[in-house]
Amino acid sequence: MSTSQTTTTDHHPALAHQFDSMEQQQEASTFGMWVFLLTEIMMFGGLFTAYLIYRLKYYPAFVAGSTSISVSWGFANTLVLIASSFTMAMTVWAAQNGKRKAQVWLLLATMVLGAAFLGVKAKEYYDKWDECHIPGHVIGKGFNAWGGCSATNKSLGNIAEEIRDPEKHGNPNIPEVDAEQTAKRTEIFFSFYFAMTGLHAFHMVIGLGLLAWLLIRAKSGEFGPAYYTPIELGGLYWHFVDIVWIFLFPLLYLISRHQHGV
Amino acid sequence: MQLNFPIFPEQASSMAGQVDALYLFLVLITTFFSLLIAILILFFAIKYRRTPGRQAEQIHGSTLLEIVWTVIPLGISMVIFVWGAVIYYHMERPPANPLEIYGVGKQWMWKFQHPGGQREINTLHVPTGRDVKVTMISQDVIHSFFVPAFRVKQDVLPNRYVFTWFRATQPGTYHLFCSQYCGTKHSGMVGQVVVMTPEDYANWLASGKAEGSLASLGEKAFQQYGCTTCHRPDSGARGPNLEGVYGRPIRLTDNRVVLADDNYIRESILEPNAKVVSGFQSIMPTFRGVVSEDEIIAITEYIKHLSPQQANPLNNRSTPTEIRDSEVPNIQQQNKQQNQQQPAQQTPQGKRPANPSGKKP
Amino acid sequence: MSTATAIVKPVMPERHFLNDNYGIRSWLLTKDHKRIAILYLFSITVFFLVGGIFASLIRLHLLTPNGELFEADTYNKLFTMHGVNMVFFFLIPSVPAVLGNFLVPIMVGTKDLAFPKINLLSWYLYMAGGIFSMAAMVSGGVDSGWTFYAPLSSGYLKTHVIMLAVGVIIAGFSSIFTGLNFIVTVHRMRAPGMTWGRLPLFVWSNYAASLIMILGTPVIAITLILLALERGFHIGIFDPKLGGDPVLFQHMFWFYSHPAVYIMILPGMGVISEIVPCFSRKRIFGYSFVAFSSIAIAVFGFVVWAHHMFVAGISVYSALVFSLLSYAVAIPSAVKVFNWTATMYKGSIEMSTPMLYAMAFIGLFTIGGLTGLFLAALGLDIHIHDTYFVIAHFHYVMVGGMVTAYLGGLHFWWPKITGRMYPEAPAKLAALITFIGFNLTFFPQFLLGYMGMPRRYWAYPPEFQVLNVLSSAGASVLAVGFLLPLLYFAWSLKYGEVAGDNPWQATGLEWETSSPPPTHNFHHIPIVTKDPYAYGEDAEVTVVH
Repeated sequence: MSTSQTTTTDHHPALAHQFDSMEQQQEASTFGMWVFLLTEIMMFGGLFTAYLIYRLKYYPAFVAGSTSISVSWGFANTLVLIASSFTMAMTVWAAQNGKRKAQVWLLLATMVLGAAFLGVKAKEYYDKWDECHIPGHVIGKGFNAWGGCSATNKSLGNIAEEIRDPEKHGNPNIPEVDAEQTAKRTEIFFSFYFAMTGLHAFHMVIGLGLLAWLLIRAKSGEFGPAYYTPIELGGLYWHFVDIVWIFLFPLLYLISRHQHGV
Repeated sequence: MQLNFPIFPEQASSMAGQVDALYLFLVLITTFFSLLIAILILFFAIKYRRTPGRQAEQIHGSTLLEIVWTVIPLGISMVIFVWGAVIYYHMERPPANPLEIYGVGKQWMWKFQHPGGQREINTLHVPTGRDVKVTMISQDVIHSFFVPAFRVKQDVLPNRYVFTWFRATQPGTYHLFCSQYCGTKHSGMVGQVVVMTPEDYANWLASGKAEGSLASLGEKAFQQYGCTTCHRPDSGARGPNLEGVYGRPIRLTDNRVVLADDNYIRESILEPNAKVVSGFQSIMPTFRGVVSEDEIIAITEYIKHLSPQQANPLNNRSTPTEIRDSEVPNIQQQNKQQNQQQPAQQTPQGKRPANPSGKKP
Repeated sequence: MSTATAIVKPVMPERHFLNDNYGIRSWLLTKDHKRIAILYLFSITVFFLVGGIFASLIRLHLLTPNGELFEADTYNKLFTMHGVNMVFFFLIPSVPAVLGNFLVPIMVGTKDLAFPKINLLSWYLYMAGGIFSMAAMVSGGVDSGWTFYAPLSSGYLKTHVIMLAVGVIIAGFSSIFTGLNFIVTVHRMRAPGMTWGRLPLFVWSNYAASLIMILGTPVIAITLILLALERGFHIGIFDPKLGGDPVLFQHMFWFYSHPAVYIMILPGMGVISEIVPCFSRKRIFGYSFVAFSSIAIAVFGFVVWAHHMFVAGISVYSALVFSLLSYAVAIPSAVKVFNWTATMYKGSIEMSTPMLYAMAFIGLFTIGGLTGLFLAALGLDIHIHDTYFVIAHFHYVMVGGMVTAYLGGLHFWWPKITGRMYPEAPAKLAALITFIGFNLTFFPQFLLGYMGMPRRYWAYPPEFQVLNVLSSAGASVLAVGFLLPLLYFAWSLKYGEVAGDNPWQATGLEWETSSPPPTHNFHHIPIVTKDPYAYGEDAEVTVVH
């Protein structure tokens, strides 16, 4: 594939038939991606709004739920994603400057970091499974419906105790008579936790797929100064997924953490 | 098939005439503008029909006309808005001293309880000339209490009291419909409102098999569930004395002031530590799953009738903190606050909570 | 525009988008926006028929007051499936996905939409959503109402709610991608000289509708996802027994579903804005006002959702605000009606079939829109909310408005799409039958509503029967009016008169290319120098051959 790609117009092999010039194609494509991200903001926004409403309504339960998820892992994931956004931005730069090898390595790095993120999430999900903090069948009904809540078969009462146990970063100020009620309400927290992080993880998986596809194309030298639109679009998408996490992390992990001396 | 069919419901309440007046005004406006547009387009279609030799006149527009036909509809709309808002405002503000009736909607029937203890299913007897306030709750899904002859409708929600009110003006039997789709027998959840003259109504009240007034049923439940263990007038009681509490402002442990209305009492029974009275501890267990909606209604009625024995019945333990007028919430604020659950920060030694200013969500 | 004295009979172009490629693969894997529009035309017609069959069964059942034809559960499924099919699988896509897809690229002077493959994906998503919806029907039907209110839908029904909700969610993504495509196309792909001020109003309307599509639809997606999660995993988002708030569902649901009705009507209004000038031989009156009113409707449409919830338990203050704003949103629509009427003034009017539909639209939409004012009036809404008054109102705007506009548009652009004219006499007859049948069906329902007949009632008090019988009689006439076009459009494909490039002598870039257009729309990129709707003596439209 030729390395000298000029900014010529109609005959560039990547020019789609509906566009008149590479410039138009690039502008339309990036605009389209921004519009798409806007729709994603509306979708996550609806979810966040519902979350915020219930956070106001069931504050102690949400604090209890929040303390039970690991802020260290969450923070680690935040760093991982920020790093991956950096490598992604570098990928775009590399493409703009025709550096084929750099593109490939940087894309790979981004994917590795993305996979690391998902790996950490998997561990966090497993921890929730282990502690029986799975909404619906476990917390709501107080029994283990799926036949395998790892260590202990927890009841609602067990979870109610955990919520008040300072050793488990619980809040001893929650009145004992209230604990079961609050334990039930944590189910709503965990529902949102899994819905929000799940939707986000789903987008990350799709993102990894996109990056893999871009990797293959970058390897074959398709992208350079004349044409790097797909990388740019991939970058936009990836940054968006990163930003959603930047919102998720404080919303989910950092509620009143200081109150319990963590 | 019934051949003489009405197209207008009877006016059987004090508000019905006002609603109908607005309706008629709107019918006139609609008829006028619809006819205007219809006649204009038909007239133009005929008068300016395609004929050889005549060209259409190219007119760009007229800003003046645009302003006129924006401002005039806007003006008419504002008239309609204000008119509708005024009627609505009256409908949302129950008058003082109404006859209070409680309703419970469930799939697929209506249950009503009168203060005298009379219970009805799918029928509601009311007198003319008296303001009637119906406080309702659902046991399952959302229903809606609709009496077309009164022009009254209110969605009936689970877990939250709502109310509507009317003053019946004309004896008769009128349809009661459920008007929020609620499943299989939604259209079977109908009944009748029987409006009687005050004498007939009094006779009806007296005739039924009275198990005692609603309040006395509530008193029985109050004792049966052991409420008197803690809620007593003496100073050693672990719970606030409830005499005279209904409708009064109450200061809570986190310094908020709430009104002790139906929703507050219901919440205190089902989620007792959501709002704890200042000076008391969070030790009341929940009665959710123990007490039925009907019993909650009866207990509330009982509490309403407890007359105050001393000046500050509730604050007989803590230093009586004066509640300023500005602190007393109105109903709107109260309903908003119902949906927030602040943590009960009281520790056994009465220490100040760690974050007295409240969390910043 | 001078007409030749010796009229040459038009002939079909040799090659055009319909015969450029043969075979099922060339259709199912097409990237041509025109072919995708045809794909949508077929599927939308199927869903309209399905929804229409349910409507017929409903009206048949309601002939008698005691619920004799169907069981209550069956009836509840009928109106649910009628609503879901009509709203999500017919009304929302129809004009944008059929006429919009076909015309928007041509009207802005370009070869295709910005993202043709995403356009095709849109259709596949629509079909996937439709399959879920059909599956829900076939596996017993769903009885939640198209509004899926919680906690009924999430905790009490035994039917396949989630399956149906998934179908709606997938169809929603189809809508989002269509809107995205339109927005980027209009912004970035206009031909040289095609400024925003020269865009046909059909493009403005679809653009405004697209704004709503991309901003509103994601919210219904997440709402239904949460509903499905609650139903599947028994968590308490909307069910108060589990700690949730049922009114939150209504807020989230109507946040999309109200703007959705503007997604439905705006493109229809765009059709009318094209038809009326053409058959009045006159430029549209107040072009900028009509264009901006489309945007105003889109914007205001987002802030009135709780007018569906006046009796749902919202506060008095909220109700006042939403009522006030609901009057604001009515004004731009009124402005459009006046502008269309003024366009006819001193025009040179031909009562062709599209013009008949356009005039019907103006009249029926006026009535429908004005009855919206009844519903926005707080004190009055208490009485008529959730009654047949609401049903009559929205059928006036949706069927009397939207479907009428769709049919008008189909007739107007049929020659462009197929190269053939439909037969005028049957078409006019069908328009008349539809108009009569429609009014007979839905006008009595206003009266029923004020009398107090609630919605979604399987059985009703006997004094409501006469009006119900009238309504059902009207429905049978309406059905005939809708079926006739199916027949004569099909007939016209083989036997219709060849149309030629511009049978209506209309302005607009689509009329400058052949009928049917070539695959790449134009042979040369058009250059636009004239205002839109440049009817009149010296107005020569740009020539592109």
